[in-house]
Amino acid sequence: MNVEADRERCCGSGMCALTAPDVFDQDAETGYVLVLLPEPPREWHDDVRSAAGVCPSGAITVRE
Amino acid sequence: MTQAPSAPRLPLERPNPFDPPVRLAELRENEPISRLAFPDGHVGWLVTGYQEARDVLRDPRFSSRQELRHFPLDHALANEPMEPARPGMFIRMDAPEHGRLRRLLTGQFTVKRMKALEPRIQGFVDRALDELEADGPGADLVARFALPVPSLVICELLGVPYEDRARFQQNSRTIMSLDSSREDIMGAFESMGQFLHDLVMSKIAEPTDDILGGLAATGELTAEEMTNIAFLLLVAGHETTANMLGLGTFALLRHPGELARFRAEPEIAEAAVEELLRYLSIIHVGMTRTALEDLDLHGTLVKAGECVILSVSAGNRDPERFENPDELDLARPHGTGHLSFGHGVHQCLGQQLARVEMRIGLTTLVERFPNLRLAVAPEDVPTKTNAIIYGVHSLKVAW
Repeated sequence: MNVEADRERCCGSGMCALTAPDVFDQDAETGYVLVLLPEPPREWHDDVRSAAGVCPSGAITVRE
Repeated sequence: MTQAPSAPRLPLERPNPFDPPVRLAELRENEPISRLAFPDGHVGWLVTGYQEARDVLRDPRFSSRQELRHFPLDHALANEPMEPARPGMFIRMDAPEHGRLRRLLTGQFTVKRMKALEPRIQGFVDRALDELEADGPGADLVARFALPVPSLVICELLGVPYEDRARFQQNSRTIMSLDSSREDIMGAFESMGQFLHDLVMSKIAEPTDDILGGLAATGELTAEEMTNIAFLLLVAGHETTANMLGLGTFALLRHPGELARFRAEPEIAEAAVEELLRYLSIIHVGMTRTALEDLDLHGTLVKAGECVILSVSAGNRDPERFENPDELDLARPHGTGHLSFGHGVHQCLGQQLARVEMRIGLTTLVERFPNLRLAVAPEDVPTKTNAIIYGVHSLKVAW
């Protein structure tokens, strides 16, 4: 699995950091998405898919 | 535009305190995108399906601009032409202006920052519950707990003196009520505007360590923009969560099996908060967008200029998305996809704060009062059917 996030699209809702906190975080200043693990281990794949699904601005792309 | 005789008005009457109007479920099943008549004569659309609502909210061709909106219900201002959003009122703007303003605030409401606030919020909750207890059985949980907790939190975050709460709580009630007269609404806006303008000027003169002080220090905003942002965050920051805490407690007390589970299984607290948000859907007038061009929405032609009302409560009870949607299931898996905070780039800025306030507030409440119960008959709990945000006016409890 490969994860990318588009910070131009991000609106800082924090849904990714809430849903998959081991894979996503938010920039402390702007609140925008940070991808901590662009190739997350299998145990977090479900959470990553959920995070991409609930992202309000469609900023997360997951390739499998 | 003339009103088509067949277009119905937005249903608002709930069959009981917790369920959406029955008509909305019928529409969702038969016609998830249906015509809707507005009091000013406009004919737009009512969206009751989950996926349809989500698709509108994330599509930039549906605008949030205030001057393009129509109001779906009878209201003192419903027939007046809408004006462009005041400077700073970014929830009623589109890109790029919306993003420029929202960007200045998103860093203040991150998951981690809200997590760091937990001890402060716990302190506010504990003190509010002390006061509730001191009042003795028959105490009003709204006045003592549901309203003070989010008010205290947002005041501290923004840097608004809590001593001034009587003024902003009353004004915000007036603005949110569908029964207020034009004079009352204008007066409330004026009073809030003056109060917050004075506050903003003092922050500009001497920036403090809070959100408004931080905005002043950026030097990127005019005083008018800051005043309106303060207005937005102050009203949004306590009206919504206060109603969720009050109505959420009422819902728990009316579902004793779920309440027992909530007490016994603290690990479901986060899922329980999502489920209460979904099940209660307090934004019951609906979110509004306006088509900027003719477009195809799931096979329906929506024309440029037509206003679309998204029913949050109908979408959140859509069986296509949520299994047994009319059941309150506090351990429901994958609950965060609900529409209660909206969707798209306008999704609620303070949602992570609301989650923490609800989780700490409700878990502490049920732990501290193991025999919490209503002190009045359920049918005597006054509900806010005539307000933009639904909830209970008061909730008399005993323990």
